Amino acid sequence: MACRLSSVVALVMAPRSETTPDTLKPPATSVGVLGWLRQNLFSTWYNALLTFVALYVIYALGSGLWNFVTTTDWSVIAANLRLFMVGRYPAEETWRVQASVALFAFLVGASWGVWGGVARSAVILLASIFCTALVLPLAWNDRVWMAGNLALLGVGFAVGHFTKARRALVWAWLASLPLIAILLYGVGELPRVATDVWGGLLLTLALSIVGIVASFPLGVALAVGRQSSYPAIRWFCVGYIELVRGVPLITLLFMMQIMLPLFLPEGITVERVMRAMVAFTLFTAAYIAEVVRGGLQAIPRGQAEAARALGLNGILTLLLIILPQALRLTIPAMVGQFISLFKDTSLVAIVGLLDLAGIANVAANQPDFLGRQAEVYLFIALIYFIFSAAMAYGSRRLEKTLGVGER
Amino acid sequence: MTSPVPTAPSHTIPFYRDVRVLRILAQIVFVALVLLFLGYLFNNMTRGLARLSGSFSFGFLDNAASFALSETPIPYDPATDSYWIAFMIGVLNTLRVIIVGIVLATLLGLVAGIAQLSSNWLVRKITQGYVEIFRNTPLLIQLFVWYFIGVLSLPRVRDSVELPGSIYLSNRGLALPWFTPNETFALWFGLALVWIAVAVGAYWLLRRVKIPLVYEWRGGWALLIWLALALVSAVALNPFTPSLPAVRGFNFQGGTTLSPEYAALLLGLVFYTGAFIADIVRAGIQAVPRGIIEASRALGLTYVQALRLIVIPLALRVIIPPLTNQYLNLAKNSSLAIAVGYADLFYVSNTIFNQTGQTLQVILMVMGAYLIISLALATLMNAVNARFKLVER
Repeated sequence: MACRLSSVVALVMAPRSETTPDTLKPPATSVGVLGWLRQNLFSTWYNALLTFVALYVIYALGSGLWNFVTTTDWSVIAANLRLFMVGRYPAEETWRVQASVALFAFLVGASWGVWGGVARSAVILLASIFCTALVLPLAWNDRVWMAGNLALLGVGFAVGHFTKARRALVWAWLASLPLIAILLYGVGELPRVATDVWGGLLLTLALSIVGIVASFPLGVALAVGRQSSYPAIRWFCVGYIELVRGVPLITLLFMMQIMLPLFLPEGITVERVMRAMVAFTLFTAAYIAEVVRGGLQAIPRGQAEAARALGLNGILTLLLIILPQALRLTIPAMVGQFISLFKDTSLVAIVGLLDLAGIANVAANQPDFLGRQAEVYLFIALIYFIFSAAMAYGSRRLEKTLGVGER
Repeated sequence: MTSPVPTAPSHTIPFYRDVRVLRILAQIVFVALVLLFLGYLFNNMTRGLARLSGSFSFGFLDNAASFALSETPIPYDPATDSYWIAFMIGVLNTLRVIIVGIVLATLLGLVAGIAQLSSNWLVRKITQGYVEIFRNTPLLIQLFVWYFIGVLSLPRVRDSVELPGSIYLSNRGLALPWFTPNETFALWFGLALVWIAVAVGAYWLLRRVKIPLVYEWRGGWALLIWLALALVSAVALNPFTPSLPAVRGFNFQGGTTLSPEYAALLLGLVFYTGAFIADIVRAGIQAVPRGIIEASRALGLTYVQALRLIVIPLALRVIIPPLTNQYLNLAKNSSLAIAVGYADLFYVSNTIFNQTGQTLQVILMVMGAYLIISLALATLMNAVNARFKLVER
């Protein structure tokens, strides 16, 4: 190492035209492919042994995968693709789902134009998904939608890039959620599509997005309440958080499925999907509260004292000084919570809803495709993986951009 | 110069502007609102229950359960045993998964966490791949894969795969050789307890021996002494009758059999939680500054001493709190047993409330049981944490 360093120094110091006779070339075994192999795989005898063990593991996994791939039959996916994506959402209303995706594509494209960075990765991911969908055996109108989405990504980028309308974009994102909800659920002229016929990826995403959006304010309120100087409020929040964190999600889901109708006054019924949404909201709020508490505790006392000294009252101090700093600190943990909520939505399959996991069970038990479970579960595992891994990657990027932990 | 001395206000503050009164008032209002809301829910619920002609009591627990359970650690007869016994069997089955799961997941996580820091590029990449894949897919899907594609697609009992040591793999589960205690077991067990006392005595005595290899590893030596004594007395008394599994008709006889449901649930929980623990272990080891290790070597500690006295205590300080969370997650995730049909606490309770219709009571019992399990685990881990955490002045 030392000799390599000195040779580098010598090379840098020496005039370019001259050759330095007193430096030797590094031996062939410490550079290039051979050197890399030596350093990373065969540095000691036990490392060499480990390498062979690892090669065997790769061989075993690879041959298993090869056997699987060569005997695989993806017709079960192709035949049920609609079910996997939107469940029993009426075919003549599917344009609403497509329009929602298109709106989302446009907004992501615009975000790339305005902010760059993380949004660009999202655009690349979406574009590759749309391109894959174009190759899949879809109906021609679905392909038109996909091509349109690809175009919208570009249009969004152009609009965002030239207007740089940051504020408008934030409002557009905020407005897009209720807009998409109304579009999918139907109001007024649009025929209503009850959530009970939603399914597949649509239901999985609806559950996780509603879950996170609804539980966020509740979680922040619980975290603030836990720090409150009023004992009654503090103990209520502590009790709620610890109670919910101590029981499994599935018990809450069951309780909401069975008990929620009982808790409500007579005559009011709630769709089963909505009950699941309530359960996810109540559950995730307790976890978000703990994440936010971590952020609140990391803000030095001096911040609050300075704000009070400047004449801000308690609520303004919280809203303008403490929470903006605390929430920025919690972004990585919050994304982690969102990822785990996204994975946990699969539990609704146990209470009989047809999200991705529920649809997978339906498809795996179709008489035409018996014995094709491996393909079905692998397919939905891949969908879950792509979304979770993308969110984890985005979180890491965002963390770097915002300089969490460095400022 | 005299500074103005604040004088006590001549008039008394009206109570509606007194902060002390307002604080108490605000809390009373808050509590009243919460109680009102809960009362409203409870009122609706009692009316709803009346509609379903049910009443709130736990009397049904004494009735005969009359449903069969596939796995019963204690003797159980559905015709005579009550719902309460069935519920307790569920609790025992849950504990069986949690305890074994925690031990195995910790071992797997430890190995994978260290492997993630290996200097071997291939080993590093393989473990990183394992961690990424298992962290980013839902546990439920993994359970389905383990159960339907893994365990159930094994050959039938007759064509079961025989591994060395009389271990059989089949779609009826994993059959292992087992030892059943016989009449000398009680005597051997009593002796084993005595040997524990002997080992503890040896532990104290070994402190005095001025050989580093002896006093530094006195815990290990004491354990070794106990194992040797227990083994010698076991050979002398022969307290266990070994029994080997053998294929008889459509099932195994002898030995012990882990059901496919248990195996799938255990594998799912261990591999899922192991991936999370691996990352925690990696982060914990990376959190120990290099300088501290170098300094301890410079002070003349051997590599093993540095590891034992410096690195492991420092890493454990970072590892234990998130590890506790993972243990609690494993305990709660064991309720997914219902997806593969393993008769755990939640599965049994689900059957009970489907049969009796006493939903609220059963759900309260389930939540109570999980709360107690979580609380016990958290208390245990907090005690461990208290031993390792930074002593602040």
